[in-house]
Amino acid sequence: MTPSEKYTAAAYLVVFVGVLAYVLIISSKLQRLQRQVAQIVEELRERIPELDEREREREREREPELERG
Amino acid sequence: MTGARRISLPALAGITAGLFALAIALIFYVAPVDADQGLSQKIFYFHVPIALTSYACFGWGAWKALLHLWKRTPGADLESYVAIHLGVIFGMLTLITGSIWARISWGVWWVWSDDQLVLFLILFLFYCAYFMLRYSVEPGLQRENMSAVYALFGVVLIPISFLAIRISRSIIHPEVFTRHGPQMTHTQFLTFCVSWLAMLFLFATLYGIELAGKRLDSQLRELRELLA
Repeated sequence: MTPSEKYTAAAYLVVFVGVLAYVLIISSKLQRLQRQVAQIVEELRERIPELDEREREREREREPELERG
Repeated sequence: MTGARRISLPALAGITAGLFALAIALIFYVAPVDADQGLSQKIFYFHVPIALTSYACFGWGAWKALLHLWKRTPGADLESYVAIHLGVIFGMLTLITGSIWARISWGVWWVWSDDQLVLFLILFLFYCAYFMLRYSVEPGLQRENMSAVYALFGVVLIPISFLAIRISRSIIHPEVFTRHGPQMTHTQFLTFCVSWLAMLFLFATLYGIELAGKRLDSQLRELRELLA
């Protein structure tokens, strides 16, 4: 390989490695976002029964009032 | 970017990959080997399109910054930030590929006496400082306005950097595009145009991907605040 060929290959390699590194960084960020979405979904699932229970309690409180009315 | 909105991201990535394959084929199998510089002249087909794309990124970033200040377009600040971020990446690639080409052509990695090189470095460092300014201010309207004003100031350096080659009349950095047209054969010019188009599509693809990620990130942050 001549020096001219080496330097030309190096220049092209730098561009491809640079773009690849960028894509890898972006994909790792997307993985982090995926994890965050999964966490939020999990939190919501935990909270929904809690919210359902509160709603039932409110309905129970309203029932005697309605009976009196 | 309106074009990026019209074309879906996978389609944009596919077009970019196709254009790159075509550009590589043209560079190494169709474009003639330069009689003076030999094979190293082929660095030109990536180095110059990358430099022009970085100018396009900074210009796009400044346009979005202007839209933010002028019309208060929602999301213009984020779009400006992403364009400048990509401009810095393309700028870094310009400097590295340029240095490699300089080493083989001139025997040195860098020439401080060349106005084109120094002005591009100044432009690159100016936009690197954009991030320092942006992240030194708390998120909010003040940060958005300051970033937009800075991005607009930087755009002034683009024509200076672009025209430096004509102003300085450097012997080291040859003038390829003159008033009489491009100083290259039709095949070389076609190869250059395809390479530049590939770079512009690469910018559009990366811009779309990064913007989608940033928007998703901010929406998740809002959702977390609502859940807290």
